[in-house]
Amino acid sequence: MYRIVTKEALKPTVILYEIEAPMVAKKAQPGQFIILRVDENGERIPITIHDFDREKGTVTIIVQTVGATTEKLSHKQQGDFLQDFVGPLGKPTETEGRKKVCVVGGGVGCAIAYPVLKKFHDDGAEVHAVVGFKNKDVVILEDKFKAVSSVLKVCTDDGSYGQKGLVTDALKELLDAGNVYDEIFAIGPMIMMKFVSKTTEPYGIPTTVSMSPIMIDGTGMCGGCRLTVGGETKFACVDGPDFDGHQVDWDLAVKRNQMYREFEMHKHDEVCNLYKQEVK
Amino acid sequence: MPNMSLKKNEMPSQDPNIRNKNFLEVALGYTEEQALDEAQRCLNCKAHPCVNGCPVNVRIPEFIQKIVEHDFEGAYQVIHQTSSLPAVCGRVCPQESQCEMHCVRGKKGDPVGIGRLERFVADWHNTHTCEVPPRPIPNGHKVAIIGSGPAGLTCAGDLAKLGYEVTVFEALHLAGGVLVYGIPEFRLPKSIVQKEVDGLKDMGVKVETNMVIGRVVSIDELMEQYGFEAVFIGSGAGLPMFMHIPGENLKGVYSANEFLTRINLMKAYRADSDTPIMDLKGKKVAVVGGGNVAMDAARCSKRLGADVYVVYRRGMEELPARKEEVEHAIEEGIVFKTLNNPVRINGDAEDCVQSMTCIEMELGEPDASGRRSPVAKAGSEFDLPVDAVIMSLGTSPNPLIKSTTKGLEVNRKGGIIVNEDGLTSRPGVYAGGDAVTGAATVILAMGAGKLGAKSIHEYLSKK
Repeated sequence: MYRIVTKEALKPTVILYEIEAPMVAKKAQPGQFIILRVDENGERIPITIHDFDREKGTVTIIVQTVGATTEKLSHKQQGDFLQDFVGPLGKPTETEGRKKVCVVGGGVGCAIAYPVLKKFHDDGAEVHAVVGFKNKDVVILEDKFKAVSSVLKVCTDDGSYGQKGLVTDALKELLDAGNVYDEIFAIGPMIMMKFVSKTTEPYGIPTTVSMSPIMIDGTGMCGGCRLTVGGETKFACVDGPDFDGHQVDWDLAVKRNQMYREFEMHKHDEVCNLYKQEVK
Repeated sequence: MPNMSLKKNEMPSQDPNIRNKNFLEVALGYTEEQALDEAQRCLNCKAHPCVNGCPVNVRIPEFIQKIVEHDFEGAYQVIHQTSSLPAVCGRVCPQESQCEMHCVRGKKGDPVGIGRLERFVADWHNTHTCEVPPRPIPNGHKVAIIGSGPAGLTCAGDLAKLGYEVTVFEALHLAGGVLVYGIPEFRLPKSIVQKEVDGLKDMGVKVETNMVIGRVVSIDELMEQYGFEAVFIGSGAGLPMFMHIPGENLKGVYSANEFLTRINLMKAYRADSDTPIMDLKGKKVAVVGGGNVAMDAARCSKRLGADVYVVYRRGMEELPARKEEVEHAIEEGIVFKTLNNPVRINGDAEDCVQSMTCIEMELGEPDASGRRSPVAKAGSEFDLPVDAVIMSLGTSPNPLIKSTTKGLEVNRKGGIIVNEDGLTSRPGVYAGGDAVTGAATVILAMGAGKLGAKSIHEYLSKK
């Protein structure tokens, strides 16, 4: 069992959890992920690591409450325990030797983008950041991003904060202003990563994306997380999660990820109803 | 006088039309009377060819004689001396190509039902004996086992009996490896696996779940920082193989590993499980492949309410699955489309599987494996309408241990290279099971676990 050391709601549906997992904390690196199960009947869900404290023995994740499992998780309190917490999984992001990079984060994906961005910064690169959110109410981690990037563009879909528009618009502006990046790194919803990759392709800039497909074991056994990359079958859990965004077969990846959407919506309603009954 | 009946005692089983709708165990096990009757069919012959047919050399006639004498616990003790998982082996071993294949009685009539008797004895022990055997005296040596499948559990058991301080590291949240994520409940109830794991814990074996060796701790760290003097790698089969035909990544195409893990480990078929699985009620499923895993996937699909085809490129005779699994599958209403090979999988506008295009095959000359190789019949392509496809074509060893362990040599297919003692290219590091051979059977993995334990004991005794 793994104790929740800190729970902090960054926004009503975006929650930070600091979990006691000393072995995982000892080895965690930016770009890697963990798999957790909330309780005995819980599904295994992969979540990318936001931060870790090797001394304290904790790993921090930021999770958006969207489905049954994340709903259950959101009802856990500081001091409660998670059934399972395994990691670090996947290959760490390669950050060495870059002189200038741009990191693009979307929504709660910014939680994952942050440690990668910080690593680029710590390894000596000049870092530009573009982060996008639906609206002002869901903007997270702005101060943290500001501290480690020389240029920060915050975008909202509705213009209620920062620049109005999509991250791809802001990214294009940076590119057209003559910025030359060694690499562009995108983390967020698949659809966003797809369009970031499409945006950078004409500029010929290497673009890395952090994929989060359906996954069960996360150790190279089930094959559920397979993607088509450069015409070959790749497994996100052992070959990734980082891939060349220009090589990913996006349409298929996006569709495969929706495979269980109906089940998830139904299950989420079921769980929400249960909690409502408890409150009564 | 031995019982000279030419027929084996039938195994009592759930009715096919009832069991293909539930996940309860199919074979119900011999009664005492049936076990006694079957045991008396053994001639207790001097040559005992059956023993040599068993990968762990269970002293078969000896345990069967104990049954004849009504000493069921004594029979269990005989088996347990060489096999750590009798309740498992009695259920999942391919006896027809091992012990029973060599049985003298099989020359005329059925061989003795050795597997069924083994199961009877193990189940009798599990329901009648609850005393915990005394813990062995610790010898002060620490050994790490990677993976808690049949190879790892066997190796752990044998070393614990010798007094080693054994820790088993399991990547998943539950111990048992393929016995829990792969083999379905109706063939091997999970309570039996749990009992075996608990038995090891009673002997002092530590089982650490959620430990992905290679990521959280490397083999080098286990040996240098954590004080393990030897390591046994039983990490099992790895990534599922695919055919590399068009449409393999459409929605509704599963690897058998994923499909079975969702069902067996995650219990996706139960309403209280949070893990999703495709709703197969009234749907059509094609399982591609002909091994035990294919049979398991087919029979699970049936239990989820689907009409199921097994598509296999060779003929019925060539199916590599255990005979009993094929028979059970047929009884349960699974349709075998043998001598057919998939060419591509076709999707609808939403990229969900709609059909699978197959081509008819015929058998040509025997190939290197001795099996007649299938050859495609030109122009015989046809569409098989299906909603899901489960690829059950075997696996290639997990790359994680190799890529994180310096100097560990693997063969062209990724299997860890070992010598005749199970020793890898790294001193003190042994390996066995599917991680070495690629996908094989539970009993072969157990044999490799036994060899690993024996070699580790010899190695550390000399140290």
